[in-house]
Amino acid sequence: MDILTPWLRSYLPALSVTDEQLAEDLTLRGIAVEGTFAIANGTRYEMDITTNRVDAMNHYGVAREAAAIYNVPLAPLPATAPLAADKPGDSFPVTIEARDLCGRFTARIVRGVNVKPASGLIAEYFAALGQKPISGPVDVTNFGWLSMGQPTHVFDLDTLEGGIIVRRAKPGEKLRLLDGTEKTLVAEDLVVADEKKALGLAGVMGGWDSRVTETTKNILVEAAWFDPAAIRASSRRHGLHTDASHRFERGADFAAAPLANNLVTRLVVEQAGGEVIGEMTDIIIPALAAKTADRPTIALRVSEVQRHLGTTADGLGISESIVAQYLTALGCTLTQTAAGEYAVKLPSWRLDLEREIDLIEEIARVYGYNKFANTLPTFIGTVIELPHAEQEHTIRTTLRGLGFSEAISSTFCSAEEATLFTTASAVAIGNPLSAEAGMLRPALTPGMATMIANNLHRDVSTVRLFEMGTVFNGSTAEVIEHTGLSLGLTGSAIANSLYRAEDALFYELKGALEALLAKFTGAVTFDTNELPAWIALGRGARVLFNGQPIAVFGELSATEQQRRKLRQTVALAEVNAAVLLAAPLRQPVSREISRFQAVERDFSFLFPDTVRWADIDSSLRALKIPELQSIGPVEIFRDPKGKAVAAGTYSLLVRVVFQSTERTLADEDLTGNSSRIIAALTALGGVQRA
Amino acid sequence: MNIPQLTDFSEASLDAAFAEVRALAETAITAASFDKEQFRLEWLGRKQGYLGQISDTWLKAAPVEAKKLIGQRFNALKQTIEEKLAAETLLDSGIEISGLDITLPGTAQRLGVEHPLVKTMAEIVSVFQRMGYSVGLGPEVETDFYNFEALNFPPNHPARDTQDTLVVDAQDGKPLRDRLLMRTHTSPVQIRSMLEQAPPLRLVIPGKVHRNDAADATHSPVFHQVEGLCVDTNITFSDLKGTLDHAMKAFFGSAVKTRFFPSFFPFTEPSADVQISCIFCGGKGCRKCKHSGWIELLGCGMVDPAVFASVNQRRIELGREPVYDTARISGFAFGMGVDRIAMMKYGISDIGLLYSGDMRFLEQFA
Ligand SMILES: [Zn+2]
Repeated sequence: MDILTPWLRSYLPALSVTDEQLAEDLTLRGIAVEGTFAIANGTRYEMDITTNRVDAMNHYGVAREAAAIYNVPLAPLPATAPLAADKPGDSFPVTIEARDLCGRFTARIVRGVNVKPASGLIAEYFAALGQKPISGPVDVTNFGWLSMGQPTHVFDLDTLEGGIIVRRAKPGEKLRLLDGTEKTLVAEDLVVADEKKALGLAGVMGGWDSRVTETTKNILVEAAWFDPAAIRASSRRHGLHTDASHRFERGADFAAAPLANNLVTRLVVEQAGGEVIGEMTDIIIPALAAKTADRPTIALRVSEVQRHLGTTADGLGISESIVAQYLTALGCTLTQTAAGEYAVKLPSWRLDLEREIDLIEEIARVYGYNKFANTLPTFIGTVIELPHAEQEHTIRTTLRGLGFSEAISSTFCSAEEATLFTTASAVAIGNPLSAEAGMLRPALTPGMATMIANNLHRDVSTVRLFEMGTVFNGSTAEVIEHTGLSLGLTGSAIANSLYRAEDALFYELKGALEALLAKFTGAVTFDTNELPAWIALGRGARVLFNGQPIAVFGELSATEQQRRKLRQTVALAEVNAAVLLAAPLRQPVSREISRFQAVERDFSFLFPDTVRWADIDSSLRALKIPELQSIGPVEIFRDPKGKAVAAGTYSLLVRVVFQSTERTLADEDLTGNSSRIIAALTALGGVQRA
Repeated sequence: MNIPQLTDFSEASLDAAFAEVRALAETAITAASFDKEQFRLEWLGRKQGYLGQISDTWLKAAPVEAKKLIGQRFNALKQTIEEKLAAETLLDSGIEISGLDITLPGTAQRLGVEHPLVKTMAEIVSVFQRMGYSVGLGPEVETDFYNFEALNFPPNHPARDTQDTLVVDAQDGKPLRDRLLMRTHTSPVQIRSMLEQAPPLRLVIPGKVHRNDAADATHSPVFHQVEGLCVDTNITFSDLKGTLDHAMKAFFGSAVKTRFFPSFFPFTEPSADVQISCIFCGGKGCRKCKHSGWIELLGCGMVDPAVFASVNQRRIELGREPVYDTARISGFAFGMGVDRIAMMKYGISDIGLLYSGDMRFLEQFA
């Protein structure tokens, strides 16, 4: 909405500040001037006013704010005074049938007009606003709207058959509107009708057939008050957002209808000639008047104003006289009821004011927010850290230390991905942004796979990412949220001479998970049970934490690789981070470091492929050799040609470290331990190599 | 070259003799005609080297107790000459004598990068933690009651339109207040916290929120907020101003100024928008602040009594005391978009990058 300062100043004869200062002061009071543009004798303001202040979205409304801010008089709104008939005649008949939806309806007849575009001040203002005059009577309704924010309408009187009836539409009733579209109405729509047909969609848009045209000779001027909820519903139902609906659905001024009717009637005669016939019809539904213009007074205590607003920068605080001055300027009527207490009658145009706190806000606003002091509240109480803050921090720092960067992906995924990545239930969104975002993500791996694919498609070939965030299971009846964690990696894996290059990615991911889980107290084991379909066959594993499944990880299956057009191996992990957040962090304990020498012994064996490292490790630990410090694989070798090592077998170099905390190990200790180890490895099916 | 004659084997005589030899070496090294290979041959050569000759001569003549003194001095001298040689060589060629090119990149394991949003959010939260605020969290799928009704958004209220909501499927069978939706702000956590705890209350609430917004450079259907709530007896509008002014100075630096404008939020009254003086130009006006000198950053206000009323009502339904007595207590709430702050702080032009997992983007924050 635009405001012209010459127009504005016509209501504020005593205002002495510059247009620039006025713009700033209005803005600081919530009547925001977003842009200023020089015009012939002043400035055009581009306004941005919050929707709760529809009363201020017009020239007179802004003038009232300025009058309150500067404590200057506000002139009465011109042309709104009662208007005498030029010729006697019957008032136009109006019946309000929908007495719950239409609170007031005014109508007046002007006969013998000569329709042509508006001239004079209206044309001048319109030019400054970049608005083209169309036809006098319609231009006048627009002028009335811009002056005082009350929608009005003009009918071609000769198209009306009988009196006006404000009623609910008949289901299926057809109505062609001013914009030329034909609407099919429902019973909840409110229409302004004559005895035969609907004339317009009340409070939203007038009708085509009864519109004023160049040939119109006689006019009926309408100004009314309609129920906000009904207009809002109608406007939404028919996809019509108009100036009128914008105002009515936020609450119009109940007292403004007759004023606006006087203004429009007077100016129609001024612009298009003709004569005013008879008195204005003004039908009022008292029950709705009581809800708006005649609302009960609000009790206001100056002490409450002070309790809510606190200290002012000048140290004087908000005084009783300031309270009275501001509220009066805004249109309230104050009656003192006790010391420091008032009964406040609210202005009919301020339907946003309902409670004492609303008045307190008005006082703060007009006073100016920035004139309050900056104080700090005193506080006695305890600060509570989230129970799992430390775990969350540990997960993030550990993964970053392992080279994984944190990412955040979409909260949604497709139904297809949801099924692929987890067997857990997933919940659908009712109004998704797209089909690809139709489900609440039941796992983080779908998003991770997408992020990795996007990197690869942009020729970023080395990726290490993790995401920690909410995953959603359950049903549309009840959604269950928990914290999930995903890891994703592709390209240049950490080289390790122990493993084949094609296995390095898997082992890097396994190593990352091991390092992460080692930060928490709990036993970590791996198996290959219940692996999801996205993991390539034989290329993944499940992680158990204290015997409970906590993660699955592995390489993306060939099918998925192809579907996503990925040409290099991608490995992913899905971790139930909620388990970790609830788990105690590992408490490091320092042990004494042995003063005695550690001794390494290597054992070279051939094993059938069926013997896995875990078998070897556990059988050696089962020996319970007290000096055994560590066991590890140092070299693994398979010969694809089956020459150096027979097919179905592999050679393994196992390194064992012995160390005592009490003494230097003697040769016979070492020989004894070594032969027990050889025996154990042989018992597993191993053959010692020379 | 001559071998200096030793008068005796006292330490003083040895020192004088060694100083003489060192001076000879230095002169040779710094001479214009210096040739490294030539020098090595003449001085350090195993058999014919000058140093070796002196060593042999002196040691032969020395009494047993002086042999050690001579040995020590020889070693020190040899080291000094080697270092001088190395320094000369380095000056000449720029390559260290040991053969390392110190200009090649090091091999440190790449660290993962902290996400700029996560980092910004943590920094904001910690500012308020230092001011005595506890952290509060809540679910991302909320009911209409917590997201709207209790926050004074009545059914069919126009303010709901501004919050284009993503809803969970198949909710029509439920009463409006129980219908599930993606929370559009972190404010529901205010309600949840007040249901659980009695005042005084100081909470800072970080979290992810969603709106049914088409994605563009400044909009994302997923974004992040940090919200705050302070409730106690005698909490005033000037306390709200002071708290946010202090927090903004703590976060952006003590030179930052704040200013407050009237605004509208259903759950606060009075409501305000807060601007900070531009952190790029200090308020003089630049491209980043659209030449205004100010940047809009926060929404805030005094908690609307209607919110306390909903909380009390719900507390009664849950069999708890309605302790949010508006005659006695008051409070303020504030909220800010973390994405916007991170984008401003790091000069990120497209919000979508924050949710892309693009390594090229993330690695800039290493
Ligand atoms: Zn700037």
